[in-house]
Amino acid sequence: MDQLFNRKYIIQGLFVVLALILIGKLFYIQVATDKYFLNANSNALRKSYVFPARGVILDRNNKILAQNQPTYDLLVTPKLVQPFDTISLCKLIDIDMPTFREKLRKATVRSRFQSSIFQKLLSVQTYAALQEKLSNFPGFEVQKRTIRYYPDSVAAQFLGFMREVNQVDIDKYEGYYKPGDYIGKTGIEKSYEEYLRGTKGVRHILYNAKNVAQGSYDDGRLDSLSIAGDNIVSTIDSRIQKLGEELLANKVGSVVAIEPSTGEILAFVSSPGYDPNKLVGNNFSPNYRQFTANPYRPLFIRPLQGKYSPGSAFKPLDALIALSEGVVNPNTTIFCPGYYIAGNRKLSCEHRDLNTNLRWGLSRSCNTYFWSIFAKMLTKNGSSRAKQQAAYDVWQNKVRKFGIGDTLGIDLPSEKAFKLYRPKDYTQMYGKRWGNTTIISLAIGQGEISTTPLQMANIMAIIANRGYYLKPHVVKAIGDEKKIDPKYKQKHFVDIDAKHFEPVIDGMQDAVNTNTGTATESRIRNILMCGKTGTVQNNRGKNHSVFIGFAPRDNPKIAIAVIIENGGYGGAYAAPIASFITEKYLTDSLEPRRINGATLQQYKDDNLLPALKMDKPKKPLSKADSTKADSLKKRPLPAKQNVAINKFNKEAILPKNNAAAKQ
Amino acid sequence: MQQQSNKFFFNVDWITILLYVALCLIGFINIYATEFNPDISTDFRLSSSYGKQLIFIGTGLVLGFSILLFDAKFFSVFAPVIYGVTMVLLVVVLVIGRDVGGNQAWIAIGSFRLQPSEFAKFGTALLLARYISSFNVKLNSLKPILIAAAIIVLPMTLIMLQPDAGSTLVFLSFMFPLYREGLPGYLLLIFWGMVLLFVLNLYLAPTILIVSILLLGAIFIYFNRKRQQKIISIGIITLLAIGYLFIAKVLFDHVLQKHQRARIELILGLTKDNKGVGYNVIQSQTAIGAGQLTGRGFLQGTQTKFKFVPAQSTDFIFSTVGEEWGFAGCFVVISLYVFLLLRVINIAERQRSSFSRVYGYCMACIIFFHVFINISMAIGIMPVIGIPLPFISYGGSSLWSFTVLLFIFLKLDSNRMGFI
Repeated sequence: MDQLFNRKYIIQGLFVVLALILIGKLFYIQVATDKYFLNANSNALRKSYVFPARGVILDRNNKILAQNQPTYDLLVTPKLVQPFDTISLCKLIDIDMPTFREKLRKATVRSRFQSSIFQKLLSVQTYAALQEKLSNFPGFEVQKRTIRYYPDSVAAQFLGFMREVNQVDIDKYEGYYKPGDYIGKTGIEKSYEEYLRGTKGVRHILYNAKNVAQGSYDDGRLDSLSIAGDNIVSTIDSRIQKLGEELLANKVGSVVAIEPSTGEILAFVSSPGYDPNKLVGNNFSPNYRQFTANPYRPLFIRPLQGKYSPGSAFKPLDALIALSEGVVNPNTTIFCPGYYIAGNRKLSCEHRDLNTNLRWGLSRSCNTYFWSIFAKMLTKNGSSRAKQQAAYDVWQNKVRKFGIGDTLGIDLPSEKAFKLYRPKDYTQMYGKRWGNTTIISLAIGQGEISTTPLQMANIMAIIANRGYYLKPHVVKAIGDEKKIDPKYKQKHFVDIDAKHFEPVIDGMQDAVNTNTGTATESRIRNILMCGKTGTVQNNRGKNHSVFIGFAPRDNPKIAIAVIIENGGYGGAYAAPIASFITEKYLTDSLEPRRINGATLQQYKDDNLLPALKMDKPKKPLSKADSTKADSLKKRPLPAKQNVAINKFNKEAILPKNNAAAKQ
Repeated sequence: MQQQSNKFFFNVDWITILLYVALCLIGFINIYATEFNPDISTDFRLSSSYGKQLIFIGTGLVLGFSILLFDAKFFSVFAPVIYGVTMVLLVVVLVIGRDVGGNQAWIAIGSFRLQPSEFAKFGTALLLARYISSFNVKLNSLKPILIAAAIIVLPMTLIMLQPDAGSTLVFLSFMFPLYREGLPGYLLLIFWGMVLLFVLNLYLAPTILIVSILLLGAIFIYFNRKRQQKIISIGIITLLAIGYLFIAKVLFDHVLQKHQRARIELILGLTKDNKGVGYNVIQSQTAIGAGQLTGRGFLQGTQTKFKFVPAQSTDFIFSTVGEEWGFAGCFVVISLYVFLLLRVINIAERQRSSFSRVYGYCMACIIFFHVFINISMAIGIMPVIGIPLPFISYGGSSLWSFTVLLFIFLKLDSNRMGFI
């Protein structure tokens, strides 16, 4: 028993030792380190934020595209609110009493002790009036922040819009954003958010248990100043951007212009678009709702997301591959009787071009010529199915080099890529028995080939550069150090010998500059423009009018792609619109008329918007610079039917790609 | 002598009662602080949690002193009955229990809620004391050890079914009274060693573990290098430990169900859960850390008001102590507990009746186990196991069961001169 009695000490000792462990750990967290004390201060020591000015976005000539305007939020700390003259406050911020009570209740639910936004985005006038009387409203304070202002109201989809952060953003950026903060959601605002936003300044203010501020914590040792965001010089030229938007008013389509030598995007028009100032501040929610419901989809970024068959505009690329494969030379002639026999089908050509060589074929956009050279390419090594399919694989790999079938990796969000078929895809579709006649429509940019307007413009940049491109990008310089990502200086070669480009460019030159060409409407005085039209038939409405080109021929400064949905022939709208933009960019002036006698104003005025079902087409709107969204808003759609109409018409105006092409 | 022992307060250990009252009052003060709101008028309201706690303390005292009226023999004689009743309640709660926070641990009687697992503790303590103190039971042979183990394991199993892991683990503290009464020490070592290895096995890579076991074995062999007998047994133990590692791994990975594994991992903190359990710990540590040396002062805590810490007045009451009273306050509270428990053990050792002694140890160990686990989880030493802090945490069932536990012992002690 004696021995067992000693066990008393073991157990008592255990108690004491374990208690000492607890005391040791307590000593650490309470006395030895102030880590937890500082943590606690994020509750009791409250941070107040100073919002930095967001970086300004400039165009390539340092003209301001997006700047800031001050705005004020009214904050409330429910716990500090005491009875006061609520009516005068309501009057000042223009709300009624029930709204006031509801807002106060919501703020109280969020937190009684932390301040939260009571009324967002007060105007400067309201702020001034409020500031005078603020001391009468205990518990209320005003916080300054900035919102965007767009002096020219251009390039909405390019710049993007900002919006209050959601939970996903808050989680993603690990604590930088607090509810109520704004973040770039699309466009440059999104892709360069981390440069533009700057750094919030923080002031640490100590509060006691009665929630009375005790002043700056630790003499401001932990406080920081706000750091303004970096300014960004974009690659856009606001002159041609604006012109492009005006020309595309009341039309569905897009314009993309690239500087070939740098890959910089010069114009980025998506129509119908919207006035960027409409997605700012208190207007955001109603307008955003309206835009999303709008059947013409003003928020759809057509240059990056639009799916279009290139149609005849694909022919220069087709010719380049044929030349590099050696199946034709520039002087090879093919007889065009006005049709082409593919297997047991007779495909008709627009015109009888008779003996056609490459230059003539391109300038006349002769389908027979391109069907023939495509067939030659695929049967180059023999006409067995396997040989043809192997040849197709070579062909489609060369097409891929030009950036088709994948995204180009532009520094804007939501770029789309469309599938380019590989041999196995066709085998899946047709079985083993397919050859050149099966997929002959690829020769003229139809069938299983789709591109974005950006990709089309980039193809032009490649041809203008005689064989390479630089990744298209929208930012020229970031911040004061004028930084730019080195990946935009890297040349991407398409592995086609430079000598093959000249004959193709000859053809494109003739398309514009000879009277028999298909793109005469894009001729510019004293400047050698090279281009190619496309007329994409689709099964709703008129053909899409397409033009791609570059100018001048030597040392090109601009490559451009224009797509006007339901615009008819490529020469009808796309070609002249491209020429106006090119001319403006190169000479900073405009000849009043194109070769067909039409004026700039006529093109601006024409309305090609597809008719909405149950709604008769309106007469063309005369005011060219009236915002597109505005004109849509005015359409007297019965509110109740909106949904049904929209659903229907979204389909109606989507580009159809299974169309055949002509010309 | 017999007459005197029936007198109400005769021989009652007043120091223990004083410590008990002090802890209860500390509990009340801190529960009041968590509820306190400077804006709302400070009328005392019985409907608030501090009001209720005051009622619990009052009724607890009545309950405690009425226990002193019992005949000391009652507890030893009726131990099996009391044990039986608490076991029945544990079964009943599984059938009609109310689900609170995922545990089916409460029996609702009107607006009143009873937690049988709290009462199972003293039921088990009584029967264990009765069995071990019975004639001819020596805890160094297999049969009595198994019987004692069975008395402990039955309530553990029933509580685990609720499932209430925290209350289940509390019953492990009965191991120490058994040890005091002669349970061979190596059994305890083996048990805790196995638990430790099982846990380490989940934390560490197997190679590290095996190497360190081999290293430990080698060190022991080195120090015993002249005694061949020992070398052999150390070698065998080392190999057994390594073998056990593999068995434990297989057991954990293949025999346990997925949800059981998840629960163990959560308890051991192997899976992060910042929004749930992890959140409590961070907030609680923050609050305690904010107290610093002397605390923010009574009612000045900002962390423990405003509901930053969940379960503030129950399982995490210690964070209020830490924030408002600082390290000094925490030190006092822990010292009070240690003082109380050391006193209980000393009192237990002076008993002539081994029933009283075993019961005293049981009580001390249960209370200590609660205190240690509760404070450990509040300051982040141990994973969160939801068990109350004795006498301080808000709640009737827990306060009363600890009161009953303590006062039964005081009654037994006041009768130490007599025979039970």
